[in-house]
Amino acid sequence: MCGIVGLFLKDPALEPELGRLLTDMLVVMTSRGPDSAGFAVYGTGDAQHLKVTLRGPRLDEVADALAGIAVAQRRDTHLVLTFARDAEDRVRGWLALNRPDLVVTGTGRRIELYKDIGLPRAVADRFALPAMRGTHGIGHTRMATESAVTTDGAHPFSTGHDQCLVHNGSLSNHRSLRRRLEHEGLGFTTDNDSEVAAGYISWRLREGDSLTAALEAGLDDLDGFYTFVIGTENGFAVMRDPISCKPAVMAETDRYVAFGSEYRALAGLPGIETARIFEPEPARAYVWERN
Amino acid sequence: MPHVDLAVTSKRDLNAALHALPANTNETHWHIANPEGAHALAAGINAPVTVEIDGHAGYYCAGMNSQATVIVNGNVGVGVAENMMSGRVHVKGDASQAAGATAHGGLLVIDGNASARCGISMKGVDIVVKGSIGPMSAFMAQAGNLVVLGDAGEALGDSLYETRIFVRGAVKSLGADCIEKDLRPEHEEILAKLLSAAGVEGISPSEFRRYGSARGLYNFHVDNASAY
Repeated sequence: MCGIVGLFLKDPALEPELGRLLTDMLVVMTSRGPDSAGFAVYGTGDAQHLKVTLRGPRLDEVADALAGIAVAQRRDTHLVLTFARDAEDRVRGWLALNRPDLVVTGTGRRIELYKDIGLPRAVADRFALPAMRGTHGIGHTRMATESAVTTDGAHPFSTGHDQCLVHNGSLSNHRSLRRRLEHEGLGFTTDNDSEVAAGYISWRLREGDSLTAALEAGLDDLDGFYTFVIGTENGFAVMRDPISCKPAVMAETDRYVAFGSEYRALAGLPGIETARIFEPEPARAYVWERN
Repeated sequence: MPHVDLAVTSKRDLNAALHALPANTNETHWHIANPEGAHALAAGINAPVTVEIDGHAGYYCAGMNSQATVIVNGNVGVGVAENMMSGRVHVKGDASQAAGATAHGGLLVIDGNASARCGISMKGVDIVVKGSIGPMSAFMAQAGNLVVLGDAGEALGDSLYETRIFVRGAVKSLGADCIEKDLRPEHEEILAKLLSAAGVEGISPSEFRRYGSARGLYNFHVDNASAY
């Protein structure tokens, strides 16, 4: 069992509230996933800069060493480096040479991605999620069933620039699919089935699919149970397997689109009393994108 | 007339109070405020009382109900009225998956839509859905009636036993061993009673089509012995 939440804002006036709303949603889903939690937030960013979220020990050394090139923001065990696009090779080169122990959790113009073991409340507070602002965010609370409780096994997974995925369910063909994707040049950092699903979507997008087409292609290629919530730089998507094995409920108002594994996670959102509440249909791609 | 505010009282205390009601209780009409999607609300009641929930309920609302009338002024999550024995459950909004699953008796009325597997393995309950139902509904349904005023999703009535299914709208596809059957006067009589009980007016039983089991899957035929 796992819990998923997602919030995609239409009303810019809510952007300062994104982190607080997402925190409350995540905490309600503790009963579905008390082992670990993670979230991705799409905040500020522009075409000239790149953001890389790193996880690991001795992050202040990294910040100091790259002080002339990158602006660093430390949040507990994670560090976000923001630097000009043309400095990417230098930053990656330095990291590969000096700190191969660090894990890159997310890369892109706007994505920041944090995850850790512990209760969702503790994880959200450790990274100061309540104070984060942004246009959209997705989160996950994990109850590990297939692999150990580790930070590596926590969601979201990011396998492409500004892309991330959270998954409730399990895939049965992830090993063969992983081999196929590795032939296509994708790399994976964990043994997790959900990372393969994220990689699959990244691959389809890379090959020119729209987000909707990528998710529909997954109906043929992904074998197993899943409810996915996916974030891209400007988009937010939901897909459930054809027998809708895992729960999902959504709410839409003029101000936001919200996803929860259970309605409880949505109950505290502003204006929920008058929101259009619906259950996403199985095998149907739901995509929201902002221009 | 007890009023219970779930922002103040715990769900456990509410359910314990409902379970403790004797058959001759004077507390016959309960109002529940601030359900906020909580699970197992009003589950396991065994007394002839009415419980009205103002808002959305979570999983297994009114599960195992006996005798009681449970009204939800909102949506419900997975498994509303699952394993109901008797009484009446009325959802004013939509229901999630497996509404009325395995229920033996009583009447379940859903004013909105019900999603996948509505009436799965139903064993005698009557279910009236005023909207549409999702895929794989009435899977292995054994007894009772499923009445749908809207449409039905894929694989309706797969591996059906003796439940009668009445659908007024389109059926996307029928499951294994489920076939359309004639709507005879006795069926129109059953339908008229159920529509009336569910408060449906202005719709004639003749607008429905009846689906049932071809009885090819669950009956043993000696000619097919090699297939078992």
